[in-house]
Amino acid sequence: MAILSCPLPRPATDRILLAHGGGGRLTNHLIESVFLSAFSNFALESRHDGAVFSANGGGLAMTTDTYVVQPLVFPGGTIGDLAVNGTVNDLAMCGARPLALSAGFVLEEGLSMEMLRTIVASMAKAARVAKVPIVTGDTKVVDKGKGDGLFVNTAGIGAVIAPKSIGPESVCPGDAVLVSGDLGLHGIAILSVRNGLEFEGEVKSDTAPLWPAVEALLDAGIKVHCLRDLTRGGLSSALNEIASLARLRITVEEARIPVSGVVRGACELLGLDPLYVANEGRFVAFVPESDADHALEILRSHSISAGAVRAGMVHENSCGIVTLQSRVGGHRVLDMLSGEQLPRIC
Amino acid sequence: MKFLDEYRDYSAVKRMAQAIRRVTTRSWTLMEVCGGQTYTIVKTGLQDLLPEGITLVHGPGCPVCVTPVEMIDRAVAIANRSEVILCSFGDMLRVPGSTQSLLDAKALGADVRIVYSPLDALHLARSNPKREVVFFAVGFETTAPANAMAVWEAERQQIQNFSMLVSHVLVPPAMEAILSSPDCRVQAFLAAGHVCMVMGFDEYVPISQKYHVPIVVTGFEPLDLLEGVQMAVSQLESGRAEVENQYARAVRRSGNRAAQGRIAQVFEITRRAWRGIGEIPASGLRLRAAYRDFDAESRFPVDISHAEESCECIAGLVLRGQRKPYECPAFGTRCTPDSPLGAPMVSSEGACAAYFHFGRRKEDGDSIVSIATASN
Repeated sequence: MAILSCPLPRPATDRILLAHGGGGRLTNHLIESVFLSAFSNFALESRHDGAVFSANGGGLAMTTDTYVVQPLVFPGGTIGDLAVNGTVNDLAMCGARPLALSAGFVLEEGLSMEMLRTIVASMAKAARVAKVPIVTGDTKVVDKGKGDGLFVNTAGIGAVIAPKSIGPESVCPGDAVLVSGDLGLHGIAILSVRNGLEFEGEVKSDTAPLWPAVEALLDAGIKVHCLRDLTRGGLSSALNEIASLARLRITVEEARIPVSGVVRGACELLGLDPLYVANEGRFVAFVPESDADHALEILRSHSISAGAVRAGMVHENSCGIVTLQSRVGGHRVLDMLSGEQLPRIC
Repeated sequence: MKFLDEYRDYSAVKRMAQAIRRVTTRSWTLMEVCGGQTYTIVKTGLQDLLPEGITLVHGPGCPVCVTPVEMIDRAVAIANRSEVILCSFGDMLRVPGSTQSLLDAKALGADVRIVYSPLDALHLARSNPKREVVFFAVGFETTAPANAMAVWEAERQQIQNFSMLVSHVLVPPAMEAILSSPDCRVQAFLAAGHVCMVMGFDEYVPISQKYHVPIVVTGFEPLDLLEGVQMAVSQLESGRAEVENQYARAVRRSGNRAAQGRIAQVFEITRRAWRGIGEIPASGLRLRAAYRDFDAESRFPVDISHAEESCECIAGLVLRGQRKPYECPAFGTRCTPDSPLGAPMVSSEGACAAYFHFGRRKEDGDSIVSIATASN
């Protein structure tokens, strides 16, 4: 083809870029092109937050997550809180009660013992709150300069309580899309300390275990079709993953999606979109329209999801997209994050 | 949030859309100059609210989009020097040069950092006295005052390890270049509010008169843009061609004199190549002789012999408002934000990226959506 004679820019796929870890399009590409093709199996291909499988007649969920956040301590939590809550939440998104966690530490030579104790204490506390024991672990130390203070990996096993499979494949046209609270707190809390930005009214990370809210939905007999916690890539990446796996269209109304004044202000200032900013204590739930009001009532009775709202609904459509009705009434596609969310120039 | 919520208010926006319908009797093509305006229009689906006959075409006002390939190649070459910390605004990092973007250079080991202000780069120079800190200064009149200030401060504080790679451009010469093109479709401009906040709008009067074209200085929120459209269409319908100011809460006729003074002290006007458009006389800024010591181009001479664009990319036509992004054969297929052929697919202010991410659609058809999602 004639176009090959042109010096086209090299596609950013022959080397790992930071954006490969951003939770957006490149992360998905990495998973599909490298990991799925190598490890291919049924549980992995469901592309859920955790794997669900049967063992000894019961349903089990298993998940793992690695935490590399800087700074290690930030407003509202520590890397240890994230490591416990994140894994508990991935299990919760499978409809599973957390049974046990593991913790693996990569420590950098020179890390202060006091910092390590602070983080371990926060993990112990988070595990107590989530009512899950940390039953096994591992420690490695790397040379100074080969790690960023401390990295933590946690893995978790949970007992599936949900009567039916929870995941994108269960989403149906007509389902209501519920968002459990206001968005963007974690991402902005991290940015505020990382960049030394100070906002009126401190922004604290929303890191928290989501299982109590999910358990309440299941206990009340709500027919939960799909759950997803809104971590990297925010609400829009989560909705896009679900829409594309379910091959349905999800519509949301911008005016219904809660974002606090301080997060909105910070996003305006930094040129970020709160729908793409990371959370650590928020999730989206897909339930039948007939269950939506009851589900909202239950969610609102738990402090972690007290700000739950109905944000949109699911429609028939085979191309798997998310569209948004803007605050002023126009329509557009709500796309998956592409690359890193970078500050704008002016 | 004050100064935002009232300009995004659903009923106020609806009323303004009705006002536009009332004054519109025929078809008109308007260009919004600034990429920030394009972003709002596409992101809020504003075109849905306009009468059929009103077409908004997107202008050249995306700073990273018009920065020439040669300049990006130069920035990459400088960033690859081991003593250099190269700083720029975030969007600039992803724009493809001939073979690499700054982000590619970073992945290969170059010390490339994102800053929010050129003064942050100056701070970096102070705290890293053994390194050379180079700030890649791109943008229009909006970013020029802060960049001028950083050079002025560096001179005042005698910070020797700071320099600036300057690729500044000016808006009015680009508007004239668009208007003097034989296939120009633009009948009125929504001028870039923040550029005018710095420069005022007297310099648009001769352009408006010479080409008999309405120019409305316009803000960036949905209500601002609709009011800008309403004012421009009212002029077109009544045969007037004047400069009007919709963005009066931020823009004064004379602009910000202190900022203009600092720009004039540090920079002088020069010819400048615009990516996708070509060289435009007297359309850019460079450091004055008194500040040449801070010029990264002379501090780090680089031989850029062969800077090349993708021949498929129609960025030039998009930046001049002659094509919509989705009219490009590569849009959404061979050109996506993950592997862009041209700069407008990179920046959040680039028209192609805005169309790709927000793929404008109406309830009755998914044609644009299917283009925008073709690569998923």
